[in-house]
Amino acid sequence: MAEKVLMKGNEALAEAAIMAGCKHYVGYPITPQTEIAAYMSKRMPKIDGLFLQAESEIAAINMVIGVSSSGHRAMTSSSSPGISLKSEGISYLAGCELPALIVNVQRGGPGLGGIQPSQSDYFQATKGGGHGDYKLIVLAPASVQEMVDLTFKGFDLADKYRMQTMILTDGTIGQMMEPVSLEKGILNEYDKSWATNGTRGKRERNIINSLSLDAQELEQWNINRFEKYKVIEENEVMYEEFMMDDAEICIVAFGISSRVSKNAIMEARKQGIKVGMIRPITLWPFPKKALLKAADKVKAFISVELSMGQMIEDVELAIKCKKPVLLCNRTGGVIMTPDEVLEKIKEADKIGGND
Amino acid sequence: MVVFDKPNGLTDAPFHYCPGCTHGIIHRLVAEALDELGVTDKTVGVAPVGCSVFAYNYFNCDMIQAAHGRAPAVATGVKRGEPDCIVFTYQGDGDLAAIGTAETVHAAARNENITVIFVNNAIYGMTGGQMAPTSLPNQVTQTSPYGRDVTVVGYPVKVCEMLSQIDGATYLERVAVNDVKNIRNAKKAIKKAFKYQMEGKGFSLVEVLSTCPTNWGKTPKESLKWLEENMKPYYPLGVYKDKFANEEAK
Repeated sequence: MAEKVLMKGNEALAEAAIMAGCKHYVGYPITPQTEIAAYMSKRMPKIDGLFLQAESEIAAINMVIGVSSSGHRAMTSSSSPGISLKSEGISYLAGCELPALIVNVQRGGPGLGGIQPSQSDYFQATKGGGHGDYKLIVLAPASVQEMVDLTFKGFDLADKYRMQTMILTDGTIGQMMEPVSLEKGILNEYDKSWATNGTRGKRERNIINSLSLDAQELEQWNINRFEKYKVIEENEVMYEEFMMDDAEICIVAFGISSRVSKNAIMEARKQGIKVGMIRPITLWPFPKKALLKAADKVKAFISVELSMGQMIEDVELAIKCKKPVLLCNRTGGVIMTPDEVLEKIKEADKIGGND
Repeated sequence: MVVFDKPNGLTDAPFHYCPGCTHGIIHRLVAEALDELGVTDKTVGVAPVGCSVFAYNYFNCDMIQAAHGRAPAVATGVKRGEPDCIVFTYQGDGDLAAIGTAETVHAAARNENITVIFVNNAIYGMTGGQMAPTSLPNQVTQTSPYGRDVTVVGYPVKVCEMLSQIDGATYLERVAVNDVKNIRNAKKAIKKAFKYQMEGKGFSLVEVLSTCPTNWGKTPKESLKWLEENMKPYYPLGVYKDKFANEEAK
């Protein structure tokens, strides 16, 4: 294990991207993710890589399209309002099946919102955001270490499936400093014979395209892409189970909310309440099977999230509404306290079952 | 003996363009230029939304279909990824001078080493003839049925003139394809733009005044005349910027 260093989440993510072989970063300043761009602007020239500050979020994501088309690992990062602007380009990336890593260090919304941490882009990340039938692989780090690990993983999944990976983090994880081990993760090489980098007289020409005026053909493209999504759902689900062995209440939380929830769980356990947590690491694909399995043994779920209640819908769907799902939430940039989660745990504990 | 042949830079696919539309001529000029410079096999073209969105069917090189207005940004990504490639965009007036103005201006400002072929026919062709940023004052279109009223919607954007104020831009020329002489000049300009890119000289844009008989409501022959009499006075032909003009003159 490499020696640990103290780093900000955003900077650790940026360094991990470089270690993962990303030599092309394009971005645009927006709080609270600007450290990623600033870090890249310092580091990229030193490794003969590209840092380019685009004229807009829209241009940035389209430059990512260009870099990815040419066969190189490409990434961009932004925060919520900027991701809305990038959504057109993300839809094109999906339609063209181009690998890319997109980081969203979420802040409160809608509109210009605020600059404090939020998880209210859950729907945007997991249900679309841009137009058309498509999915993103959505990874939710809960520590600075996971910012590093999931960056490696994110690039790998993107290349492996010709998919777009979004790292959906928040202002807290992005801004906070923690000891982190900058160790090289997965570095697989994938075939990129589809890239548009000149035929060089050695192959047929390549075309990168999301357009078809033939409805049957376009339908087939979508069906084919969803076949790929099915494989990803089968093979790439990641989650952490925390104190679930004897749990009667299951918290579902990701990112910073899962950190707050862990504190609340420890306190509740001291008070004799058997509560555990399933922490989705992939928000898409969502750990549906793990939740459904848990539904057989717990009496209630609590969705802890920094939004008006978005992931809760996926929890309810995953457990097929077999058990009640409570919501513990703050939004607009406010983070719930462990006490607020504890109160919700106590409320859940009063539900039916073992009383 | 073959005296006139299809350039290698074009595929065998028949163009879908309307009769009398000059896109076909411009496609051919681009393909000829790439062939003559010997770079077709390392060229990547980017065609965004507009009549030429299907250009990927016609240019015999690697092609990317881009979002409306975003081709210069996509081309920037390709060029920065593979600097050895010759990268061009092929954009219409609505694409380049309305929805994609920012991408155009900033690619020029960065002196991005790409070639932009800008087809200006003063109308949105693919969507059926709406007012474009380059539609002339009083020009009748589907969305300016009483003629372009400059007091309401403002004036046309003169792209070469505008970009000539940008320090970054290397080479800007406006040409036309409405007669043989102009077509020959257009070919020269397009070839020079690609040559500059090969030499690493930076951003070049060739604006090509083009016709749209279908949406202008004119015959092909009338369209050529309309271009000559109406577009050319408003959009004078010529070199608007050439950082290396002296070098070229030698």
